[in-house]
Amino acid sequence: MLFDYLPIIVLIIISTGLAGIAVLLGHLLGPRRPTLRKSVPYESGMRPIGPGARRMPVRFYLIAVLFILFDIEIIFFLPWAVVFKKLGLFGLVEMFIFIAILLVGYVYAWKKGALEWE
Amino acid sequence: MVPIQYYTALSAILFTIGALGVLTRRNAIIVFMSVELMLNSANLVFVAFARSFQSINGQVFVFFVMAVAAAEVAVGLALIVAIFRSKHNINIDQINNLRG
Amino acid sequence: MPNDLWLSIGAILPIIVLAVWACLLLLVDLFIPAQRKGWTASLAAVGLLITLAVILSRLGQSQSGFGGMVMVDNFANFLSILLLASGLAAIALSHDYLQRTGIERGEYYVLLLFSISGMMLMGMASDLIMVFLALELLSIPLYVLAGIAVPRLNSEEAAIKYFLLGAFASGFLVYGTALVYGASGSTSIAKIVQVIQAGQHNLTLLLAGAGLILVGLGFKVAVAPFHMWTPDVYQGAPSSVTAFMAVGAKAAGFAALLRIFVLAFPVVSLDMTPVLWSVAALTMILGNFVAIAQKNIKRLLAYSSIAHAGYILMALTPYGQSNVSADSVASALFYLVAYALTNFAAWAVVIALEQADERGLELSDYAGLGRKQPALAAAMTVAMLSFTGVPPTLGFVGKFFLFRTVIEGGFIGLALIGVLTSLVSAYYYLRVVVIMYMQEGEPVVRRDGWLYATAFVSSIGVVALSIFAGPLIALASRAILNLF
Repeated sequence: MLFDYLPIIVLIIISTGLAGIAVLLGHLLGPRRPTLRKSVPYESGMRPIGPGARRMPVRFYLIAVLFILFDIEIIFFLPWAVVFKKLGLFGLVEMFIFIAILLVGYVYAWKKGALEWE
Repeated sequence: MVPIQYYTALSAILFTIGALGVLTRRNAIIVFMSVELMLNSANLVFVAFARSFQSINGQVFVFFVMAVAAAEVAVGLALIVAIFRSKHNINIDQINNLRG
Repeated sequence: MPNDLWLSIGAILPIIVLAVWACLLLLVDLFIPAQRKGWTASLAAVGLLITLAVILSRLGQSQSGFGGMVMVDNFANFLSILLLASGLAAIALSHDYLQRTGIERGEYYVLLLFSISGMMLMGMASDLIMVFLALELLSIPLYVLAGIAVPRLNSEEAAIKYFLLGAFASGFLVYGTALVYGASGSTSIAKIVQVIQAGQHNLTLLLAGAGLILVGLGFKVAVAPFHMWTPDVYQGAPSSVTAFMAVGAKAAGFAALLRIFVLAFPVVSLDMTPVLWSVAALTMILGNFVAIAQKNIKRLLAYSSIAHAGYILMALTPYGQSNVSADSVASALFYLVAYALTNFAAWAVVIALEQADERGLELSDYAGLGRKQPALAAAMTVAMLSFTGVPPTLGFVGKFFLFRTVIEGGFIGLALIGVLTSLVSAYYYLRVVVIMYMQEGEPVVRRDGWLYATAFVSSIGVVALSIFAGPLIALASRAILNLF
């Protein structure tokens, strides 16, 4: 049964092998003349400002929380949409009730000022 | 088709990794991620069995688990942010005011 | 429009009423000024009363809904009434306490309502999906409630500990459910029973699933060795939240345990009974012995609540014997009522003595209460006697009922451990009484009508219901679990 997967494994081995060989060859054969300009993080790009690992402002977390909440609820829309025609009016009403419940949370977040950046 | 035992074995491994992560890690966010791993390993079992039984019930459960996990993430992140604001630290070994 | 939908909606009407009320209250509360949050409290209480009226108007009938996902039987109604009454008591304890500690927010009451609707759903859930959803619906608001005193560090710490371990526990519950689904091909308890009767189940998976579900719910009801969070959370959370959590989460968790195990899992009782036996014994021993060392009243009550979870779990041990299982359910329900009443009497006194910044919570702060506030001290004494199980209190009747069930099931050893640990518990419960009456001190007491009312009604109930326990026992015995 697992034999069916042999081509995939072969493909994985070949593709990683080829990629590895390409990187290795470039590393071995290519000339290396480092200059200051070449070794900056963005070559020929903008000059980096400050350290790379900076702390995110806490506000991002608040937005992330709200995003997760409203985003994940969408997964209930997908199966609903698939069988929407079968459900008919009943499905439509039910989804409106669902959205109304979400809306309660939205109005609450809005009134509490959670959606404002400052 | 991959036999069901493979899925259950994989999910058991994932569940164990998650449970060990909760018990050994000290960063609250990583502990929480380990919990999510446990939930998702259960999701894997559900989907695998739903496929092998040719029934939809298991997949429906996965939807609910995902939605509930999102609600948990929201509350968890909010709590972690709150505790970070007052302690500037989310190491759960150092959150130890309460003892008796 | 599917016709049985209306029947299903009718079956869970109380929960719909409560949840819709909570949603509306969340919006209404936005327009209530901060110094008038008493309105939110009253509106929340009105919501609970309306829900109670809906339940009382349809008592005695048993309905299932949503293809067997919920089962509104006597058992569920009994629990719903207990939970709604607990909710009312919690609101009575909360308003003044929250105001004077400066943490009153309208969301508190809304979250309380959501949590109660989850607990009620837990009593009705007859599908493992429903059990999981109900568990989360009751837990997530409780996580937030435990931390509602932010930025007070202890409250935040309690919330994050409760949250992390609660989420850990639901991981076990979901995985156990997944395994049961794999073992039987369904998550509906009725269908699982059918599959088991036809002998088409996978016993190994079923056993593993039952074990994991026990772990998951064991965390929620705080039985050893899954009790580690309890003392910290009970101590750190605001006292009014703790009082409610101790009753509500326990009642809901045991409701799910009873329904799942008694109905679906008798087939694995040969393996599960020894596990339940040792967990119950360990919980009673550990809860009672560690409580002796406590000096903080909230921690003492936390360990006491662990010990009482052990007593209730004791009743579940003979769940596999079909002639005893009805008594198991009845005695567990009865004990939950006894525990709830006693608990609210005790916590009302604790809240009356608590000062700002979590002072007034040491046992030594109770010195002299007997002289200065004889009524409150009497209420506390009744609560302590009831926790110990001394007649004439409800705790005594409840324990008697529990021990009788356990002995009926043939677990004399377990009953003996229960009696002996009760004797041990007398030491630390009566020490509170001794401190109140025998030691000199100047306790500072908050005067608030609702607080006093809760303390007196509960403690009078504890005594009166123990003398006229007949009707309550009859009610608990009629609260049988329906399968279909």
